Amino acid sequence: MSNRGTVASIDLPVRRQGPLGTGWRRVPASLVLSWLVMAIVALWALAPHLFTEYSGTIGMSGQQRLPPSAAHFCGTDELGRDMLARIIYGSVHSLTGAFIAVGLGFVAGTLLGLIAGSSRQWIDDVLMRFVDILLSLPPLLLALSIIIVLGVGTINAAIAVGVASVARFARLARAEVIRVRRSDYVEAAFGSGGRFPAVLWRHVLPNSLTSVIALAALQFGTAILAIATLGFLGYGAPPPTPEWGLLIAEGRKYISTAWWLTLFPGLVIMLVVLAANRISQSLRGSSG
Amino acid sequence: MRGDSPAAQSPLLEIDGLSISYSHRGHRQTVLHEASLSIAAGQVVALVGESGSGKSTLAQSLIGLLPENGQIDGGAIRFDGANIARWTQRRFDTIRGIKISLVPQDPGVSLNPVRTIGAQVGEIFQIHGLRDPRERQERVLDLLDRVGLSQPRLRLNQYPHELSGGLKQRVLIAIAVALRPRLIIADEPTTALDVTVQKRILDLIDDLRREYDTAVLLVTHDLSVAAERADRLVILKAGRVQEQGLTDDVLGNPRSSYTATLLADSPSMAKTAIHRAASPDAHPIPANGAPAPIVVENLVVDYRYGRSSATFRAVDGISFTVPTGTTHALVGESGSGKTTAIRTLVGFVKPTGGRVLVDGVDVASLRGQSFRHVRKSIQLVYQNPFASLDPRQTVSEILTEPLLNFEPIERSERERRVRAMLDRVGLPATALERQPRSLSGGQRQRVAIARALIIDPKILLLDEAVSALDVTVQAQILRLIEDLQRELRLTYLVVSHDLAVVRQIADTVSVVRQGRIIESGPTSTVFSHPVQDYTRELIDAVPGRRLLLAS
Repeated sequence: MSNRGTVASIDLPVRRQGPLGTGWRRVPASLVLSWLVMAIVALWALAPHLFTEYSGTIGMSGQQRLPPSAAHFCGTDELGRDMLARIIYGSVHSLTGAFIAVGLGFVAGTLLGLIAGSSRQWIDDVLMRFVDILLSLPPLLLALSIIIVLGVGTINAAIAVGVASVARFARLARAEVIRVRRSDYVEAAFGSGGRFPAVLWRHVLPNSLTSVIALAALQFGTAILAIATLGFLGYGAPPPTPEWGLLIAEGRKYISTAWWLTLFPGLVIMLVVLAANRISQSLRGSSG
Repeated sequence: MRGDSPAAQSPLLEIDGLSISYSHRGHRQTVLHEASLSIAAGQVVALVGESGSGKSTLAQSLIGLLPENGQIDGGAIRFDGANIARWTQRRFDTIRGIKISLVPQDPGVSLNPVRTIGAQVGEIFQIHGLRDPRERQERVLDLLDRVGLSQPRLRLNQYPHELSGGLKQRVLIAIAVALRPRLIIADEPTTALDVTVQKRILDLIDDLRREYDTAVLLVTHDLSVAAERADRLVILKAGRVQEQGLTDDVLGNPRSSYTATLLADSPSMAKTAIHRAASPDAHPIPANGAPAPIVVENLVVDYRYGRSSATFRAVDGISFTVPTGTTHALVGESGSGKTTAIRTLVGFVKPTGGRVLVDGVDVASLRGQSFRHVRKSIQLVYQNPFASLDPRQTVSEILTEPLLNFEPIERSERERRVRAMLDRVGLPATALERQPRSLSGGQRQRVAIARALIIDPKILLLDEAVSALDVTVQAQILRLIEDLQRELRLTYLVVSHDLAVVRQIADTVSVVRQGRIIESGPTSTVFSHPVQDYTRELIDAVPGRRLLLAS
């Protein structure tokens, strides 16, 4: 260790940097870029026809497997469908899937964590051992089992991914709830005559949510990845739906001759996941 | 110890026209304006100011530890003849710990929790070239013994959490004096400590100073501590030096109005109680027959260690009674059980034995929901207004919430009561829509008091309610508390380690030690004629006798 590190250990308490957050002036470029990626993908999902003149599902004869060009930025697939159009039309499946998955995990997990963190010891023990069991199963295996029960489809795949993420939300929410419950202002709320559910709703829940929301943003990227994985394995949306995972699975057959069929959907998935992670990081930072 | 003709030597440290600014969100704010002061070898200079006055910034700049957004804009810091104001971190490494060292403010967070005391003290010898582990351990043992740690050999292998606050502060002092520096910067070294521990720590710094001829820059908000320990005082306000000079001159003949205010607000033993001076008959003895609002009889509280069956007796048979409209104080050091005792009154701690009567109702028998009705008549104000207000609520929401908890009140009536209460605690109506984080410590404590009073309780428990505040703010809050008691005929139970505060507001006092009351009676009697040695020790430890002499 250098001298500085050691001196720092007997340092003055570090001065906090002003109130929460940073002004627009100091938002880092990577964060702006991340929000931009998310905005574009969201717009694709809302109004795909504004971004491409081609159809996402109907091919054009004589235009099969064209490499990227001015007419087809990302080339075309084996049925003559424009790849960019397929990616754009596919975004709605990935995004709604991710929203459902994260929403389910967030609501169910937070509720579970809230109950566990604020109830009697034995309820806490029972719920948390259940969460431990969930965490011990590989998420993909868990998701596949749920799909086998529910049946194949975009929504079912999303639900499966959501259930698999409940445990993570529950753990974090419980830890936050326990931290907030010990604070003076929660005790003061009971002291001024507050009933248990009211105090939980007014003080404990809002003050526990910041880091859970950061986790939700992180899970958003993970969910897109997981849904694409399920699509790739054939458990998600059926063809000809242009779901991103499915696009990669279909392009895989031509990977040696038509590289663009796997590269571009893969790149898009990567960018969205990276953007979600970066945004999650910024949310966590501002919660400090 | 004081005034050993330091004027003859050239100063060890000389600060000349020092200006420091912080950048925040793109604009710079100057927090220190052309400050100048000097310290001679072996001298104690106290830098006195409220929080936000720039005193810590000044101290940090001396040792090259300004935060990253801080910058020295002008002026010079001459240490031992060299101007260190614009030194790089690498150059500072050559004097930090060796020639200038720092005793940080909060012993609770300034030691590494995962390393032993021996390793942390030994580190400074290791960094500065003592390679042989055995010799290093000998030096560490010497040092720990020197700063008055009992059983130094045992301490070597202990971790910080096994030590009390006072012991941790001694360890930090050991690290600071290890290499016999020329200058020690002590940044509020005793603020977090009990008054008796505070005295011992300040004595220790004094001894070490005399022995090694080290100069000390004592950074403090407490004028009474400064007055007692320093040769010279430097009074800082809003980044500007208000005045400086020999301690007796500044105290005896303050030239700036700010110093005079500080002197007046300082809760020293010199002053008599506010309320007794203001209205001699404010506290009539209650008509006989009416029960006293607080009766505690033979209270016992045991804590369990985790899930095991082993117990620890925090409160061991305490009894006291508080008549209507009077103030009773429990004083004692931290860990004496005084806070545990008052928490039983509001049901946050279950008594193991004894009776606790609030307005004639035995609260020990009540559980959970039935306790809510008792809470309408008894409210608690917490020590730390930064932790006791929900950061996500506005002041208006904070004050409305208790009203919503009891019988329904119309919206317009609620708003009227919130506004009236805000006015009563001396806050402007514009504060209603603000969040706690945009309020100062004193304003927050006013909000906390308003929240406690809005449901018209008869009893207010004040748990160290002013100890987190600056002296000037402290004096204002104490005056507010006194006024409210007169206007609303409130009964107060105060818990404090600060005897000067207790002396100002309490009618009767109980001295608590290790869970027992060892002495009690009217405040003036206990303070002027203490029976127990421990009480005398507590009173003697209160700084500020020199303020008394000066005024």
